Amino acid sequence: MTPTNAMNARGVRQLAQSEWVLPDRGRVAVLCLMVTEFALFTIFVVAYIFYIGKSLSGPMPADVLELPVWATACLLSSSITVGLAERALKSDRAPQFKLWTAATILLGLEFMRNTAVEWHRLIRDFHLTIATNLFGTTFYSLVGLHASHVVLGLTLLTLTLVLGLRGNMDGQGRRFELLAWYWHFVDGVWIAVFTVVYVIGR
Amino acid sequence: MATGIYTPHSTSDVEEFPLSARLHEWLVTVDHKRLGILYIATALFFFAVGGILAALMRLQLAYPNGSIVPPEVFNRLLTMHGTTMVFLVGMPFFAGLANYLTPLMIGARDMAFPRLNAFGYWIFLLGGLLLYFSYIAGEGLAGHGSAPDVGWFAYAPLTERAFSRGTSTDYWILSIVLTGIGTTTSALNVVATIVSMRCKGMTLAQMPLFVWLMLVVSSMVLFILPPLTAAQIMLLLDRYLGSHFFDTQAGGSAVLWQHFFWLFGHPEVYVLMLPGFACASEIIPVFSRKPMFGRAAMIGATIGIGMLSSGVWAHHMFAVGMTTSSNIYFAVASMAVGIPTGIKIFNWLGTMYGGRLRFDTPMLFCVGFLFQFLIAGLTGIMLAVAPFDWQVTDSYFVVAHFHYVLLGGLMFTLFGALYYWFPKATGKMLNETLGKWHFWLLVIGFHLTFDTLHFAGILGMPRRIYTYAPGRGWDTLNLVASIGVIFQAAATACLLLNIVWCLRKGKPAGNDPWDAWTLEWSTTSPPPEYNFAITPEVRSSRPLWDLKHPEDPDWRYE
Repeated sequence: MTPTNAMNARGVRQLAQSEWVLPDRGRVAVLCLMVTEFALFTIFVVAYIFYIGKSLSGPMPADVLELPVWATACLLSSSITVGLAERALKSDRAPQFKLWTAATILLGLEFMRNTAVEWHRLIRDFHLTIATNLFGTTFYSLVGLHASHVVLGLTLLTLTLVLGLRGNMDGQGRRFELLAWYWHFVDGVWIAVFTVVYVIGR
Repeated sequence: MATGIYTPHSTSDVEEFPLSARLHEWLVTVDHKRLGILYIATALFFFAVGGILAALMRLQLAYPNGSIVPPEVFNRLLTMHGTTMVFLVGMPFFAGLANYLTPLMIGARDMAFPRLNAFGYWIFLLGGLLLYFSYIAGEGLAGHGSAPDVGWFAYAPLTERAFSRGTSTDYWILSIVLTGIGTTTSALNVVATIVSMRCKGMTLAQMPLFVWLMLVVSSMVLFILPPLTAAQIMLLLDRYLGSHFFDTQAGGSAVLWQHFFWLFGHPEVYVLMLPGFACASEIIPVFSRKPMFGRAAMIGATIGIGMLSSGVWAHHMFAVGMTTSSNIYFAVASMAVGIPTGIKIFNWLGTMYGGRLRFDTPMLFCVGFLFQFLIAGLTGIMLAVAPFDWQVTDSYFVVAHFHYVLLGGLMFTLFGALYYWFPKATGKMLNETLGKWHFWLLVIGFHLTFDTLHFAGILGMPRRIYTYAPGRGWDTLNLVASIGVIFQAAATACLLLNIVWCLRKGKPAGNDPWDAWTLEWSTTSPPPEYNFAITPEVRSSRPLWDLKHPEDPDWRYE
């Protein structure tokens, strides 16, 4: 057997033996979605930072914003509950899956309720709207963009819960994982928004 | 012949169905090949429309004090021409080529997400139609006028409600956002397809260069379209909810839009250009009968361009009055892009060097591209020098430069690609004689128009003017430039005639008319809906070479 032939034979064997496994397309797609959403948020964050302290008239962030500690705690802990739901679904524990998904939805709703109360206070007591000054412009657009993502996530989670209650989620752990990734992403973005709007910007 | 092993035994013929059923098939299709053809046909349609707009402008500028169109119509013409060519021609050409060819080249049966793919096309088409619907429905300044007239980069605050009244600007904004959504879904789909759907044995190192470049372009799209979308959202908020992002009277910035827009706009040039590079990188080796010279360098240079191009945007803004250090940074960074681009040009030249060159129409277009793109790159380096840019900014020199890139560079490779892959997509060859007429008429017309416009720019002719006074030294140059349009129109007529004629009467192509090496040529022309009868297995970057030459396969050396 010539050296080349030996090489060929080895090559053929290696290819036949090796498993050909590529990354899951759903995961790749959700990662791509995160990249593009990340870029979108970055531009709004840049606009926020660029306009800090440039408003020509009040109210200013330091006068009206309060640290949303409770809302932040709710949203961040919902990342844990969604993770627990994912684990429950993957190990075929349907009751726990439903429980943790419901908990995630409740925590998300509580976060949204806090945002609603905050906006209501800002609009009614301080007359701060998106048209008032640069702070209002950048604040409502950035926080609103994030809130719209929370609403989308809540819609998807509720849909999942309904499907789960009807027993249609069994064995769908890999698909639920993608939704969990999205929810973690929304939480991660909130950390950035919180830091920029309520810590640096105040 | 060995090439036939992935081909099906028989293909079902759709011709037997009535017309309405066939149209319905196209309407509801999720097949990547049909969507690819839809994208490219739409791009060609808008190319013709955008070309007509350009011809009207050249007619108006052919002689001094021209009076063919009034100034406000001229503004609409230039806005619609630019927007059409970038968003409705360049982008769908990228999406169409990526859709049609990527699964075939990587030995997959469809894209990763076929229905998302269809969604992307139809939302893109909606965006395109919405833009032109503005001619009917939009109300412009003082109630009369219709289509958007704000230029393709639509500088805020001129696009704010105070200065752009009526709804025409809103049509522009919404159209861009919709086509952007379409392009983003395409890009996401292409990345997922390339990462997750490659056939057995196709490692990243063995992927065809076309697929590599599409992977880089699609990743770039994911990063660069959001700044544009974000800026459009901000502009809409300004226009409809009274926010102040670009409102200088409330402390907003007049420059912020420019930063956001060019943060998208400059990488966008490469997003348009890299699919052209991708086609050239498939065509030039096949017609030189040699494998690509410096494959790894080519891939590295592409990734380099992808990264560098995101850090050079403000060279579009030298005239804004940035700090000296910003000017220096953006000048140097812009010149640095010339390095990976130069590597690519040497790769293509190195591939041709010593090859047995065949000058069929696809190759002719690629050679034309090499010459013209080199010149476009050199004027690009000139414009990167900030003091020179201050002299010629907003002049016809800039117009000539980027038309050299996009027409002389990009469109030439895309035409080459059309002649190269048309046989695969339709089973019919395009006519070589008409193809050569197309090429030479386009070369003559292109150079008549855009070589002369460089000089008009250096002589001080500003862009976007609707007419000019005689005796400034621009008269002859403009007349020559306009005469060039006649040749370009004749060239395009040759192409359209060629396509229409050869769809009916073209020579049958066979599976592999060019004796090429990538997997799409291993199946029938046109490929069946499932692409490959059995999914291929590859062991080198030229799988068809391996099949045709079992005695000397590539994988021994890779």
